[in-house]
Amino acid sequence: MAVPVAFFAVFFAYPVAAIVARGLKVGGQWQFGRIADVVGQSDVRHVLWFTTWQALASTALTLLIALPGAYVFARFEFRGKQVLRAVATVPFVLPTVVVGTAFLALLGRGGLLDDMWGVRLDTTVWAILLAHVFFNYAVVVRTVGGLWSQLDPRQEEAARMLGASRWTAWRTVTLPALGPAVAAAALMVFLFTFTSFGVVQILGGPAYSTLEVEIYRQTAQLLDLPTAAVLTIVQFAAVGVILAVHAWTVRRRETALRLVDASAVARRPRGVGQWSLFGGVLLTVAVLILLPLGVLIERSLSGPDGYGFTYYRELTSAEGGAFLVPPIEAVWNSLQYALAATAIALVIGGLAAAALTRKAGRLVRGFDALLMLPLGVSAVTVGFGFLITLDKPPLDLRSTWILVPLAQALVGVPFVVRTMLPVLRAVDGRLREAAAVLGASPMRAWREVDLPMVRRALLIAAGFAFAVSLGEFGATVFIARPDNPTLPVAVARLLGRAGELNYGQAMALSTILMVVCAVSLLLLERLRTDRTTGEF
Amino acid sequence: MSTTKKITVTAVAVALGLVALSACGGSSDSGDKGDDAKSVTLVSHDSFNVSKDVLKAFEKSSGYKVNVLKDGDAGAAVNKAILSKDNPQGDVFFGVDNTLLSRALDNGLFQSYEAKGSDQIASQFRVDQGKHRVTPVDSGDICVNYDKKYFADKKLAPPKSFADLTKPAYKDLLVTENASTSSPGLGFLLGTAAQYGDDGWQGYWKKLKDNGVKVVDGWEQAYNEEFSGSAGGKKAKGDRPLVVSYASSPPVEVLYAKPQPEEAPTGVATGTCFRQVEYAGLLSNAKNEKGGKALLDFLISDKFQNDMPLNMFVNPVREKAELPELFVEHGVKVDNPETMDPKKIADNREQWVKSWTSLVLK
Repeated sequence: MAVPVAFFAVFFAYPVAAIVARGLKVGGQWQFGRIADVVGQSDVRHVLWFTTWQALASTALTLLIALPGAYVFARFEFRGKQVLRAVATVPFVLPTVVVGTAFLALLGRGGLLDDMWGVRLDTTVWAILLAHVFFNYAVVVRTVGGLWSQLDPRQEEAARMLGASRWTAWRTVTLPALGPAVAAAALMVFLFTFTSFGVVQILGGPAYSTLEVEIYRQTAQLLDLPTAAVLTIVQFAAVGVILAVHAWTVRRRETALRLVDASAVARRPRGVGQWSLFGGVLLTVAVLILLPLGVLIERSLSGPDGYGFTYYRELTSAEGGAFLVPPIEAVWNSLQYALAATAIALVIGGLAAAALTRKAGRLVRGFDALLMLPLGVSAVTVGFGFLITLDKPPLDLRSTWILVPLAQALVGVPFVVRTMLPVLRAVDGRLREAAAVLGASPMRAWREVDLPMVRRALLIAAGFAFAVSLGEFGATVFIARPDNPTLPVAVARLLGRAGELNYGQAMALSTILMVVCAVSLLLLERLRTDRTTGEF
Repeated sequence: MSTTKKITVTAVAVALGLVALSACGGSSDSGDKGDDAKSVTLVSHDSFNVSKDVLKAFEKSSGYKVNVLKDGDAGAAVNKAILSKDNPQGDVFFGVDNTLLSRALDNGLFQSYEAKGSDQIASQFRVDQGKHRVTPVDSGDICVNYDKKYFADKKLAPPKSFADLTKPAYKDLLVTENASTSSPGLGFLLGTAAQYGDDGWQGYWKKLKDNGVKVVDGWEQAYNEEFSGSAGGKKAKGDRPLVVSYASSPPVEVLYAKPQPEEAPTGVATGTCFRQVEYAGLLSNAKNEKGGKALLDFLISDKFQNDMPLNMFVNPVREKAELPELFVEHGVKVDNPETMDPKKIADNREQWVKSWTSLVLK
């Protein structure tokens, strides 16, 4: 518990508090009057309202579309399942600039919908909502599906034997067991969409503005720290309310479950109902995820003279001038950052999850909520906070490369905690007690009892942390760094320059980013953890 | 309790692991502590670029190793430099433009230093002559670009001036950027404010809105998605033949095409330009003042000024600098761009952007 708390105090609470204080303190006087001023403005209230409702709507829509997907991925066995699951996570790592491009091809002028029905959704709220589903589909499929695949189906079968209808059996047996995971997924999707930045700007157009965008403008563009500080506090308050609601709904719901090996549960779809569900989910994935990704790949291949690898070849030369090094080197930079960030997130998140499993009480619940906060705070606030706090020894980290994975781990930890906690809490405590009675040390008991059960969750968590780091753009941009760009940064820089080759290289690099992400996740899924997963 | 002990041990192991990670996995540039007089640090925005050999030559002749820190977009980089001015991240800051200059000077970001060779800089760019806190390094023009093919096919003359853009012939053709978050978007707004005055620009924008101007979030989207003349726009079936971009965009279109075309696919409406000038200065609490001064001299030296256009697509400020052939051949000369005093920009910017937002976006 001490380690995660210290980590958050130093790398989150202290920088954010410092930047907020800098805004609210004028000449040594706290200016709390500013809060009322800013919140009183109708614009600010309008922005807060829009931010909240679009996040709620996005979350509801994501759950609606992704829960059947979670079921299919958890319970059905079919060829290419792992590949498809990895691909479904790819949107999560794409820079929003690129996602915007892909989605405009789907929803915008001359896009698929336009060709088929003459419908154009760009610059509407629908575009924003659908893009949020695209981004967060994997969050639900992975968090909920991970637990679902380990639930023992015999319990539901027993209920059926006792005369419950299929629906009743599901509602009374499976749903309560899934509750915490669904709530966790919903919470994460909400926090993500609540702080959505690029999607709203690109697809909604400048008429829509979220709190995140306003904070960015006030901080990075206008240097109006007082207003930014108030908005940050408002954002905190809103996120705090959501976390409280979440804590209240999940409390007492997490019970010990019988977990079984996932591979024993999944089987081929049977019967009309199952096949149509299966088909429906595949179709959703195809239209919503594969199609936009396909557009990007198509553009990366359609060179000046027909289809070919022209742009990919360009990536290996430093001639282009956008970088001192060939852009392809960004792949290596990204992987280094992602490995470091994953390691940090797993250690911090794993320790935190273990602490939260063992203890209960108000303090611990507060700690749980604290861990989620970084998802709901804007990157620009954290970045500027780092700038004014981590500048003196012993914490003189401003221009060290480790700062980037640290910032990325801040976002990764909540994922690790949320994916591991439902499973950890579901482990029956009596098993540990039995181990202890037989003379195992707590560490040994954890390794022998918990670890085999949570291995899967641990891998899913690692996958998330890795994906978060791979695609993370905000913190990476707001931290001053020597010129070794990560993939998303390199893509953004290429898109920021005119000329066909730059555009083509941006598309090619995005495609490489997708492949790197999908392959890394596949490797993680394939990890046979006969060798233990590290020094836990 | 043995659990706590275990956790502590784990934590220590992890910390050691991290140190090891950063030692071996770290890139060649460990954080520069600044006390090393043999290196000098340039803080800039993401668009800064220089050819490797030019930088190497400076390192060789001056004896300083140059670290370049890129710190976000132009606005964010300036604001971060201001926030950290008591303990700066480097010695020299490059990339504060005329829209932000007043803020930087008023906040005491820079100390005085007259760079060697300042007398070679064209007089129109020189500012702050009393104190020499900043040195002009480059200039560029934000102008409307047009898609040559579209206007040739339609047998329509492309627009030349701000006034043309409101004519019925150009209805629904222009796409621009959000003035509150995008630097060309802001430049275009300032250009109209300079042209039509404090009282006139709002009326102009009303007309522009009635004439179907489209506003998108940033330059990338406007240029690569909506504009029909760019490579990206062609793929995305962009349908706006007019876009707010830079005077240097057409040469860039030529440079980054394979094979390079005889003629740029896009042109510039030379009567719609607003001039941006970028400055560099020695940071107030620079740890390596001497090195910083040498670096500033280098930024306005022949070598750097001649190398700059093809790296950052801006114009040199040295009177005698040679423009690359590509610029001469495909670029346009903007004779009378709109300009505005940095102080006036600083005083009005926020208010203007606010009124612009409620006028155009609501």
